[in-house]
Amino acid sequence: MSISISNISKSYKKAKALQDISFDVKPGELFGLIGPDGAGKTTLFRVLTTLLIANEGNATVAGFDVVDDYKSIRKNVGYMPGKFSLYQDLTVEENLKFFATIFGTTIEENYDLIKEIYVQIEPFKDRRAGKLSGGMKQKLALCCALIHKPKVLFLDEPTTGVDPVSRKEFWDMLKRLQQKHITILVSTPYMDEAALCDRIALIQDGKILEIDSPEAIVKNYTKQIYNVRANNMYLLINSLKEYEYNHSVYPFGEFVHYTNSRTDFNPENLKVFLESKSLIDIEIKKTVATIEDTFMELAK
Amino acid sequence: MKTILYIIQKEFKQIFRNKGMLPIIFILPLLQLVILSNAATFEVKNIKFGYIDNDRTSTSRALVEKFNASTYFDVLTDFPSEALASSEMLKGKVDIILEIPHYFERDLQKEKHNNLGITINAIDGAAAGVENVYVTQVIQHFNQHLKVDLVQVSDQQVQPITIETIPLFWYNKTLNYKTFMVPGILVLLVTMITLFLSGMNIVREKEIGTLEQINVTPIKKSQFIIGKLFPFWVIGMGLLTVGLLLARLIFNVPMIGSLSLMYLYTSIYILVILGIGLFISNFTDTQQQAMFIAWFFKVIFILMSGLFTPIESMPKWAQIFTEFNPIKYFVEVMRMVMLKGSGFTDILPQLLKTLLYAVVMNGLAVWSYKKTN
Repeated sequence: MSISISNISKSYKKAKALQDISFDVKPGELFGLIGPDGAGKTTLFRVLTTLLIANEGNATVAGFDVVDDYKSIRKNVGYMPGKFSLYQDLTVEENLKFFATIFGTTIEENYDLIKEIYVQIEPFKDRRAGKLSGGMKQKLALCCALIHKPKVLFLDEPTTGVDPVSRKEFWDMLKRLQQKHITILVSTPYMDEAALCDRIALIQDGKILEIDSPEAIVKNYTKQIYNVRANNMYLLINSLKEYEYNHSVYPFGEFVHYTNSRTDFNPENLKVFLESKSLIDIEIKKTVATIEDTFMELAK
Repeated sequence: MKTILYIIQKEFKQIFRNKGMLPIIFILPLLQLVILSNAATFEVKNIKFGYIDNDRTSTSRALVEKFNASTYFDVLTDFPSEALASSEMLKGKVDIILEIPHYFERDLQKEKHNNLGITINAIDGAAAGVENVYVTQVIQHFNQHLKVDLVQVSDQQVQPITIETIPLFWYNKTLNYKTFMVPGILVLLVTMITLFLSGMNIVREKEIGTLEQINVTPIKKSQFIIGKLFPFWVIGMGLLTVGLLLARLIFNVPMIGSLSLMYLYTSIYILVILGIGLFISNFTDTQQQAMFIAWFFKVIFILMSGLFTPIESMPKWAQIFTEFNPIKYFVEVMRMVMLKGSGFTDILPQLLKTLLYAVVMNGLAVWSYKKTN
């Protein structure tokens, strides 16, 4: 196993950040840690990257124990913290060279690994890191985390605050890195990115809700979801929440995702109810569950 | 080794790219040296002097004339009454009031003895003390001359012998305050800049988040710390060099002792300061906190260093406290070596204490720097 976590718990004074977390990540896997802000994702990353010592449980990364072999882990993992943490007053090239040097390697030695990413920022190699755009900064940070050819890569919310195009590019890069046999643990609050992982763990309030492949997680969602739309979104949500048979009501883009608690649900009944609430242009359609729906259901 | 060198190189790059810090490091200290050394004087000049002459005789006028002749006093007015003089002092328009009593000349001739009233504005106690000495000296001088004039020929046999002291001021013959202030202020500069910079430096990495990234690398604590602090050691030594040059060129301060001894001591002294700075930054999360804590220690260290007030006049507990003050040793050594020409064995006690201090502080600092929490 590339990462093996068993019964990890960590609390800050009274707040329990992680409660009895256990899971394994296979070598070469792209594993996603999906959860809202404050779920404990960063704490788990800090435990695995040896920055924080857990109160209970143990974990291994690339075969090394996070407490006893922390020195070996630091040589073998790449970590990209959620906050951009490179030297803003050094240039792109200087940052990269700095990290290469402190890992005891050179840019040339592992250039093939970062080449595809680095060529995109190479035109700006003499620019100070602080002057780069958000997407460029992420690419540079990824290069710096990869420069010593790590076995395991930890990416803590790498796409938060990055534009959709750069996000897409970033995930494409991760897919390519995966082919180079690097195990990747990535955390994200975006549910749409979860579908791009091999397996995901849904995490909330320091607890794992479910671990499986994105497809399997969606399949486990047994209820039929309806896309509901009407002229007045706010009134629609309130009305649906008033409806006595409702099971869940969540806004989802331009629709409301609605599930019913009865097995013999007829959308026509709902339509009549909504019309009685003076809503017009009502549209009720079946739709398939997404990871977000699963998450909302599990987090209920 | 290669890692340390690269970190040092990186630190220097960052220092020289920081447009706000550069002048603070290199220009402000020198301005301070020039300004403070000229301004921080214990001499009191332009004393505003008023008097009430109730006697109005040639003797009383001669006394006032004495004050007029001194460059330290600005003789302002002859107040007609004591009440008026007091109200002027209340307004701060006069520092000293000399009251010459009625029949001053007559009584002096008759009784060979008289009293003068002197009122000194002591809002600034230190200045008042100095003014008192000046006034007493002027009056004594006047007295001596007067004796000669007044003493009758017949009295000459019974004239008491006066004992005169002729002080010699060794190591600073003219009691030039600059000669002893410049080495002291030089100490301040070297301390201030190295303490602030080192205190703020690692905490800055914490603040911008780079420390988190560094901590996940295989870099050793010692490599990182040496790499971070060495540039400030160099800057400290550079400041000493520039400061010594200015002291020699602008203030013409004598440098009797050996320069290499000063450098040897300073090189160890800066280690103490860097250790303190690092220790502070380990226990703070922002540059602001680090700055305030550094200030707190710095103010105490300076005021208790013997730079402005002699340690001998402090209460006993404070004197014990100054044993833990690195600035005290630095001030002592700089003055001893520069003005007195003390050699290695003379400053050995200070050197050893500083060395011990450096070992303890840096030990504490490295011990408290944690890559994991």
